[in-house]
Amino acid sequence: MLRFALRRLLLALVVGIAVSAIAFMLLRISGDLAIALAGEDASPADVERIREQYGLNRPVIVQYGEWLWNAVRGDLGRSLFYPESVANLIMTRLPVTLTLSAMGLVIALLIALPLGIIAALKRNTWIDRAALGIAVMGQAMPNFWFGLLMIFLFGLALGWLPVSGSETIWHFIMPAVTLGWFSAPVLMRLTRGGMVEVMTSDYIRTAHAKGLPVRVVVLKHALRNAIIPVVALCSVQFGNMLSGSVVTETVFALQGIGYLAWEAISRRDFPVVQGILLLVALFYVVLTLIADLLNAWLDPRIRRG
Amino acid sequence: MSAPVVNAAAADDVMAGHVAEPVLEVQHLAVQIPVADGVLHAVRDVSLSVPRGETLCVVGESGCGKSLTSLAVMGLLPGGARRTADRMTFLGEDLLSMSPGRLRELRGNRMAMIFQEPMTSLNPSWTIGDQLTEPFIRHGKGGKAQATERAVFLLERVGIAAAGRRLVQYPHELSGGLRQRVMIAMALMCGPELILADEPTTALDVTIQAEILHLLAELQREFGMGLLLVTHDLGIVARVAHRVAVMYAGEVVESGPTTAVFDDPRHPYTRGLIDCIPIPGRNKPGTPLGTIPGLVPNLVGGITGCAFRDRCAYARAGCDGAIPVQAGAHDHGWRCVLSESVADSTPTEVRA
Ligand SMILES: Nc1ncnc2c1ncn2[C@@H]1O[C@H](COP(=O)(O)OP(=O)(O)O)[C@@H](O)[C@H]1O
Ligand SMILES: [Mg+2]
Repeated sequence: MLRFALRRLLLALVVGIAVSAIAFMLLRISGDLAIALAGEDASPADVERIREQYGLNRPVIVQYGEWLWNAVRGDLGRSLFYPESVANLIMTRLPVTLTLSAMGLVIALLIALPLGIIAALKRNTWIDRAALGIAVMGQAMPNFWFGLLMIFLFGLALGWLPVSGSETIWHFIMPAVTLGWFSAPVLMRLTRGGMVEVMTSDYIRTAHAKGLPVRVVVLKHALRNAIIPVVALCSVQFGNMLSGSVVTETVFALQGIGYLAWEAISRRDFPVVQGILLLVALFYVVLTLIADLLNAWLDPRIRRG
Repeated sequence: MSAPVVNAAAADDVMAGHVAEPVLEVQHLAVQIPVADGVLHAVRDVSLSVPRGETLCVVGESGCGKSLTSLAVMGLLPGGARRTADRMTFLGEDLLSMSPGRLRELRGNRMAMIFQEPMTSLNPSWTIGDQLTEPFIRHGKGGKAQATERAVFLLERVGIAAAGRRLVQYPHELSGGLRQRVMIAMALMCGPELILADEPTTALDVTIQAEILHLLAELQREFGMGLLLVTHDLGIVARVAHRVAVMYAGEVVESGPTTAVFDDPRHPYTRGLIDCIPIPGRNKPGTPLGTIPGLVPNLVGGITGCAFRDRCAYARAGCDGAIPVQAGAHDHGWRCVLSESVADSTPTEVRA
């Protein structure tokens, strides 16, 4: 297990460096940053001065090296708009997005696991079809539309939940449901598919032959095996929620990373955009690593790989 | 030889083995499975009985319904399969009308099953120790420590070295032979009165097949269990079985004490099977075994008359009608129009 973990860690490191390079390069090739910084009607001399000032006239590889070295030490540069460092800006917004995504994932699993298990056990009955119907509905409804619907219903009409802001846990419920609801169908389908396959396997027959109650057969013997691909998908979904929270955060006016990214892009605040790109990419790398380790822990056959 | 009995009730008793207080008794079991092109009558008429502490071997070509018969007893038939029987009892208790809860109390506790597929019958995500101790703890036989102690004892008993270390291993770390030994140990955990072993060695390396079958027979004697052993190995059957039931196309076509069936087979199919046994010295190892020519009939939609008649050298008028169940001495019964020994009958024509 330790060797497996070390190998995965090394791989994650390599991928991390690669994605940081991509995050850096993408912004360089998207246009001349000096012109973008100086503004539309700056004189060529101004542009040149900016180029000098930000070190943009040096070879790209040197700029990347410097940026990476600083990034490793936690220095992502300064925002061009806010009088703050990028690292600070991100750090103050990060808890909001993390809370939102974690709650979204929990809600997605709370919907997906029971529905997926029940659909699999009641395969090809009306219960199965109803569960599938719920899943299709979740995927068919756009995020913002569902969010607005909830704001209208629970926020305005019923007045049960606050409609914007991030002061209390109650503020997170509607946005988290919006996020989770959207992720639930794919998790549910995977759970159902895995359970259907596992329930017909020989070792489930063995479990029944031992006289185990259905609950133990399903939750201990079947789910443990069916959940393995779901765990991997969860980390991808969590990454999607982190990066895809732009819409949700905007609808509910949550001051998170997604909102910050949207602001930074519209203001051409490129150090912030770069920082967020790097952060989200690293999140993906870390999540993949966690998923790998979790999978190995769940499936003893992987551990020795 | 006594005169054949064509009395239906008496013949039923004969086919079932008619013994006092059997641990398992099955009368006229049928299993139907809906398939794409109709209803498959996979098991059509199976009656058998396993007396306490005895071994009944069930033999027959692949596909004749042996696995479904054992699964029907355990209540483990695949979804959609329909099970009917006149009688099916475990130590006198009716299995047909039994509540799921009561069935769970018996399964893995007083009756246990060993499957044909050792490679896939253990859960890949749990250790051998966890899976072995599970039925013991679940059926209230004792705590974790006692369960572990018994698991180690049984693993050693089924011939697994370093048993203590095996407990923390996962199934994928064990060979097929070891996994089947684990399955055997698991079946023994609660000290069952009946073991159903469905071709426990078919999937294993030939070199260890006989060893495992002998182990099973030995354990059966040692623990005084009833054993229903499904196997292809007629050599083993001759040595370990008290009684034999020969199945063909979903029916028991002949049953009786092992010596009677082997020395005086009455059904041409039984005779064919016995003729296919390799004899050391006569058949060189590695040469293919003899087989009965012809194909097993399709059982979708059912079949009337003798299912073997298309392959039978003794087929005659009457084989397409109702087939009588006949009885000889010592509860020897067979389902055939022939009443004399196959050896004394003349083939009607030779079919290939
Ligand atoms: N789940 C199933 N669905 C459809 N047909 C099945 C199923 N299980 C078994 N059968 C069919 O039933 C017949 C008897 O099967 P089985 O009891 O496994 O035979 P045996 O164990 O004697 O080889 C075979 O023709 C087999 O194809
Ligand atoms: Mg079989």
